[in-house]
Amino acid sequence: MKPKIHLFWIGAAAVFAAGLMFTQVADNEFYFFASYVVLQAVIMATAWNILGGFTGYVNFGSAGFFAVGAYTTVALNKAFGLPLPVMIVAAAALSGLLGLAAGYLTLRLKGVYFAISTLAMSIVLETVANNWEYVGGASGAYILTPEDSWFFDSYIELLFMLILTLAIGSAAVARFLSSSRIGQGLAAIRDDEVAAASSGVPTLKLKLISASVMGAMMGVAGAPYPFFVTYVDPVSAFNLLVAVNAIAMPMIGGTATWIGPIIGGLVVGGAQEIITVTISSEMNLLVVGVMLVAFITLAPRGIVGLFQDFRDKKKRRKQ
Amino acid sequence: MFLDLFLNAVVAGILLGGFYAAVALGLSITFGQLDIVNIAHPAFVIVGSYTAYIVNERLGLDPILTGVLFMPVFFVAGMGLYRFYYASFERTGQESLSGLAFFFGVMFIIEVVLILVYGVDYRLVEADYIGKTLHLGIISVPYRMLVPFLVASVMTTGVYLYMSRTFTGRAILAVAQDRLALQLMGADPVKIKQIAMGIAIATTAVAGSLLIVIGPVEPSVGRLYIGRVFAIVILGGMGSIGGTMSAALLIGVVESLIATFYGPSWAPAVGFMILLLTLAFRPQGLFGRI
Amino acid sequence: MSAPVLQVDGLTKMFGGFTALDKVSLHLGRGERLGLIGPNGSGKTTMINCISGALINDEGSILFEGNEIKGLPAYKRACLGIARSFQIPRPFRSMTVLENLCVPLDYAAWDRIGHENIRDQAMEILETIGFADRANELSAGLTQVDLRKLELARAMAGKPTVLVSDEAMAGLSSSEVDEILEILMTLNDRGVAVIMIEHIMRAVMRFCERIVVLDAGHKIAEGTPEEIVENPDVERAYLGE
Repeated sequence: MKPKIHLFWIGAAAVFAAGLMFTQVADNEFYFFASYVVLQAVIMATAWNILGGFTGYVNFGSAGFFAVGAYTTVALNKAFGLPLPVMIVAAAALSGLLGLAAGYLTLRLKGVYFAISTLAMSIVLETVANNWEYVGGASGAYILTPEDSWFFDSYIELLFMLILTLAIGSAAVARFLSSSRIGQGLAAIRDDEVAAASSGVPTLKLKLISASVMGAMMGVAGAPYPFFVTYVDPVSAFNLLVAVNAIAMPMIGGTATWIGPIIGGLVVGGAQEIITVTISSEMNLLVVGVMLVAFITLAPRGIVGLFQDFRDKKKRRKQ
Repeated sequence: MFLDLFLNAVVAGILLGGFYAAVALGLSITFGQLDIVNIAHPAFVIVGSYTAYIVNERLGLDPILTGVLFMPVFFVAGMGLYRFYYASFERTGQESLSGLAFFFGVMFIIEVVLILVYGVDYRLVEADYIGKTLHLGIISVPYRMLVPFLVASVMTTGVYLYMSRTFTGRAILAVAQDRLALQLMGADPVKIKQIAMGIAIATTAVAGSLLIVIGPVEPSVGRLYIGRVFAIVILGGMGSIGGTMSAALLIGVVESLIATFYGPSWAPAVGFMILLLTLAFRPQGLFGRI
Repeated sequence: MSAPVLQVDGLTKMFGGFTALDKVSLHLGRGERLGLIGPNGSGKTTMINCISGALINDEGSILFEGNEIKGLPAYKRACLGIARSFQIPRPFRSMTVLENLCVPLDYAAWDRIGHENIRDQAMEILETIGFADRANELSAGLTQVDLRKLELARAMAGKPTVLVSDEAMAGLSSSEVDEILEILMTLNDRGVAVIMIEHIMRAVMRFCERIVVLDAGHKIAEGTPEEIVENPDVERAYLGE
C-alpha cells in the first residue's frame, strides 16, 4: 500500500514542477490560455465522476454549479474585493451547499429524476442570473485583472499555475475517495443500491456526501473563471460546452477510476483546443457530442476500459 | 384593467397549455410509459420546426400540413432510434447511466448540427392565419395560437383514442406494466416498444410545426422545453395521457400569468421550478402512478 | 427459555385498499431455524420486507433484541444484525467475489468486528462456501447457483444475528438444493437464527425446527414440521376446498 501513495504524490510534484518550468520557458501566452481551459475541464470531469461514475447518479446541470462558483467570485469581488483564494473557498462552500440541497430534494428518488432535476436547477439558476442586476443581469459584468501577478511574468501564468494546483488537488480528492471506505460504499450504491442498503451502507448519507463534494469541486473550477475571461454573462457562465464536457470527458476517459476523467479531459480538451484553432469552435460541440455517443455505445468503459482490455488480452496470449 | 389582463393571460395560457400537451405527448409515451428517458425529445420537436420552415420557405406549403405529411418519416426515425437504443443499452441492462448520457448526446448532436447548418438566427414561417386575431369582447385570441391549440387537441385526442381502443395501443400500455404477460399474449415487446417510440417521434413532427407557427425558433429553444415537458409528464402522473393534458394546461396558465404580471424573462424558469417542486414534494404527480 | 431475538406483534401492512398482512404475530428464538411458508400472495415477502426495512409496517411492532425497530431504515437494521438474501441475487457486479463480501464487513458488521484484516475475514467466509479459489473472479460472471451462494455469503459477512433467506433454492436442482442447505446449516451452527421462506417442502421439512404458515395475510398455523404436515387448514390453503 505505502509505495502507491508515494507514487501519486511524486507524480503530482513532477507535474507541478513541469508547470512552473513551462511558465519560464513558453513564449506564447496562447498556450497558457489553452491549458487553462483544458485543466478547468479536467477539474469539472473529475468532480462529475464522483457522483456520476463512483455513485451512479448522472448530473446534467454541471454548468449550474460552475456558474455558482463564477458568480460567487463576481459578487464577492464587487462587494468586498477579497483575494482570490478566499473567494475560491467561498465558491466551494456555496456550490457544495447547492449540491447538498439538490441532493436532499431528489436523491431519495430514482437516478433518472435526479438527472432531470439537475438540468432544471441549472436553467432556474441561469434565469435568476439573467434577472439579477447586481451581478450584471443579462448584460454581464466586467472584472478587472489585478495588477499583481506575484513572481510570474503575467497574470495568465499565475492563473495557469493556480488552476494546475486546483486540478492536482481535485485528483487527490477523487483518488482518496475512490480508495477509501466511502468510495467502496459509493461503488456498492452504484452497483445495486438496494443490496448496498441491506449490506449496511447508509445510502442517503453517502449520496449526499458525494453530491456535496461534486458541487464544491465544480464551484472551485468556476471561481477563478471571471478573472480568466474578465467578462462574465449568464450565457458564458452557464456554458453548454462546459456542461457537456463534464459528462463526456469522464465517459470517454472511463468512469470507474479517478484517472479516467483526467485522461478524458486531456484527450478531449486537447482535441477541442486544436479544433478551435484549425476549424471552428462550433465544430467542437459536434465532435464532443459524436465522441460521447460513440464511446457510450462502442466502448462503455472508456479509454481506461480499452486499455485494460488490451492489457488482459496480452496477458491471456502470454499464457 | 386587471380583469382584462387576467382573462387574456388565462386564455393565452390555455391555448399555450394545449400546445404544450402536444409537445409532451410523445414523452408521455416514451418516458411515462416505457421508462425511456428521451431527453432529446424537445430536440426532435425543433427538427420538426425546421422541417416545416424549410418546406414553407421553398415550396410555400402550410407549416402544419408539412408537419402532418412528415409524420411517417419521423415515425420511421423513431423506430430506428428505439432499435439502436435497445441493442446498445436496454438489452444489456445498462439503461440508467449510459442510456441517459446517450440521449443527452443525441440532443446535443441535433442542436449542434442545426447550428452548423442554419446558424443561430431565429427562423419563422408564413401562413395566412399568422398575424390575424380573433376578438371576443375583451379577450383577444391570436390565430397563431388558436390554430395550434386546435390541431394539438385533435392530435392528443387521436393518440389517446389509439392507445385505449386499438390492440397495438393497448399493447403499448401493457408492455409498460407487464412485459411477460404481453409475450404470453403473442405480442413481441420489442416490436411494440418500437412502434411506441415511432409514434412518439412522429408527434414531434406536428408539434414542431405548431411551435414555429406560434413563434420564431432557433436551435437552442429545445432546451427551454426540457423542463416543461418533463414537468408535464411527471406532474401528470407518468403515462396518463389525460394527466398529461391537465398538467400541460396548468403549466401553460401559470406560465402565462407569470409572464403577464412579472415579465416574460421569468417564463422559462416556471416549468423547471414546477418540475423541481413536483420531484421534491409529490413525485407521483397529481394523478400518480409511481 | 431466553427471550426471542425477534418478536413481531400484530403486524399489519396495507397497499391502498389491499391488506397484505393482517395482525400477524410471530417470534424467532435465538439460533432458531424457522420456516415461513404459504401459498403465493399470502404475505411472506411483505413480512420479510417489513422485518428487513424495505417496507414500513402500518400497525404492530417489531422488536429486535427487545428494541423496537419499526422506524429504522434498512441499512440501520443491517448494522444491528438483521441480514437478508434476495430471491433474485443482487451482486455488486463491478466487484470481485471477495470485494462483494468486504462491503457488508466494512459496513453492516463494522461495529462488531476487528478492522485490521477485512480481506482475511472475507476469505474465511469464502472458504465456508467453497469459493476460496474464486475470490478474485468478477461476480458478474457467476452461474445462478453460485450467485445464490454468494448472496448467502454476503449476508453472512454482515455478521448477523438473524438471517432471512428469501427463496434461496427456487429453481435449483436437487443436489444444488442440498448445497445451499449445507451453507444455511453452517450459518446456523455459528448461532445465526434463520427465517427460511421456501416453496421446496423437502428443504423446509429437513431444515426447520418450527414453521409458521401464512395464507392471505393471516397466520393459519404454527408448529413443528410434523404438526404442520398433518394440519387440515394448511392442506386446505394449498390445495383449496
